[in-house]
Amino acid sequence: MHELAVAQALVEQVEAVIRQHQAARASLIRVRIGPLAGVVPELLASAFPLAAADSRMEHASLELVDAPIKVRCLTCGAETEAAMNRLICGDCGDWHTQVISGDELLLESVELETAPSLAPNS
Amino acid sequence: MCDTCGCNLTPGNQHLAFKPVAKGATAVSVLKGLLAKNDDQAAHNREHFDKRGILAINLMSSPGSGKTALLEATLTALKNEFTCAVIEGDLETENDAERIRAKGVQAHQIVTGTACHLDAHLVHDALHHMNLDGVDILFIENVGNLVCPASFDLGQHLNVTLLSVTEGDDKPAKYPVMFRAADAMLLTKTDLLAVLDDFDPDKAEAHLRNLANPAPVMRLSARKDLGMEAWLAWLREQLAAQRARIAIGQSRRPAIQSDGQKLHSATA
Repeated sequence: MHELAVAQALVEQVEAVIRQHQAARASLIRVRIGPLAGVVPELLASAFPLAAADSRMEHASLELVDAPIKVRCLTCGAETEAAMNRLICGDCGDWHTQVISGDELLLESVELETAPSLAPNS
Repeated sequence: MCDTCGCNLTPGNQHLAFKPVAKGATAVSVLKGLLAKNDDQAAHNREHFDKRGILAINLMSSPGSGKTALLEATLTALKNEFTCAVIEGDLETENDAERIRAKGVQAHQIVTGTACHLDAHLVHDALHHMNLDGVDILFIENVGNLVCPASFDLGQHLNVTLLSVTEGDDKPAKYPVMFRAADAMLLTKTDLLAVLDDFDPDKAEAHLRNLANPAPVMRLSARKDLGMEAWLAWLREQLAAQRARIAIGQSRRPAIQSDGQKLHSATA
C-alpha cells in the first residue's frame, strides 16, 4: 500500500536530479531494493507510472535492482547470505549478526537526456 | 552522506557510479535513500524533541493488539511522575485521542484518511498543534499495521512493537521488517494465555532473535495490570538514557544499524 508514497518520493528525487543537471528528461532510473526495506518491487513498479504521469520522467524505464540479504556474524566473523526472517549466521548459527546488505532502498543512478529534444515536451 | 561532493561513494558502490552511456545522454549517480525527504523531516523532528528534552516513542502493532489500552494504563501509572503527550494515528475517528484525553493527558489525533502509515511530515504537522512545554515522554501511536509503518522514520528515539497473544507467536517471522525495527517487543493480553493453547511466548521470542534483534521482550496485560512494572521500569530507564544523551549532545535513532550493532556486542 505504501509503495505509492515511495514512488512519489522517487519522482521528487529524480525531478531534483533533472533540475540540478539542467537535463531535458530522465530516460532510465535505477533503484536498488533489498527485501528488508519493506517495499515490494512489483508494487513499486506498478505505482511508478501513476506517480510519474505528466512529469519529465514519464517515459523513463524503471530498473529495480535486487539486493540480496547478507549478514556478518559478530561472533565468528563470517559473511553469509540469509533469509528474510532468519538473519542468523549461515556458518555458526549465532543470531548476533549485522545485516550488511538487503535493507537498501536506494536511488542508485539516473540516466538523463541532455540534448534538447526535437519533440519538446510542452 | 550528501549528494554533492561524492562522499557517498564507497568502494562497494563506486562501480555503479560511472557508466558510459549513449551520446546526448548522461548517467548521474545519486545513491540517495529513496525516502531521504522523509528522513530529513524525521531528523528535524528528532532535533526538536532533543532540544526540549523529550523522549519520543513510536508504538506499532496490528490493529487491536492493545496499543491504546497499554497507553491508558501507562499514562495512569505515570501520572504523578512524568508529563506525557500522545499523537494518535488512525484512518478515521477521534476515538483513540478521546480515550487518552479522558485520562487527563494531551492528545492529538492524526486522521490519515486512507494512508496506511504515519510519516515524518504528518508528525511534524501534529507537533504544531501541541503544547510540548514540560513534556517528558511523547508516545506516537502509529496506524495499526504490521507492514507499512516500519519503513518510515518519524523522528522517534525508540520503536516499541506490540504482539498480542491472540495473534500467532510466529508474527515476527511473518513480518520481519517490522519486528527487526523493534527496540522492545511487548507481548500483550497475557492474561488470556491461560485460555489459549496455541501461543508460546518463548517461540515468539525465538522468532525475534532469528531476526538478529536483541530487544527486550516484556510480557504484560494492561487491562489486568500484569507485568506492567517491568515496562514502566524500562520507560524510566529509557527516559534517563535520553536525558544523559542530551546532556552530552547526542541523540539516538531506532535500532537496526549502528545502534543495533552496539547492542549486539554488549550482549554477545
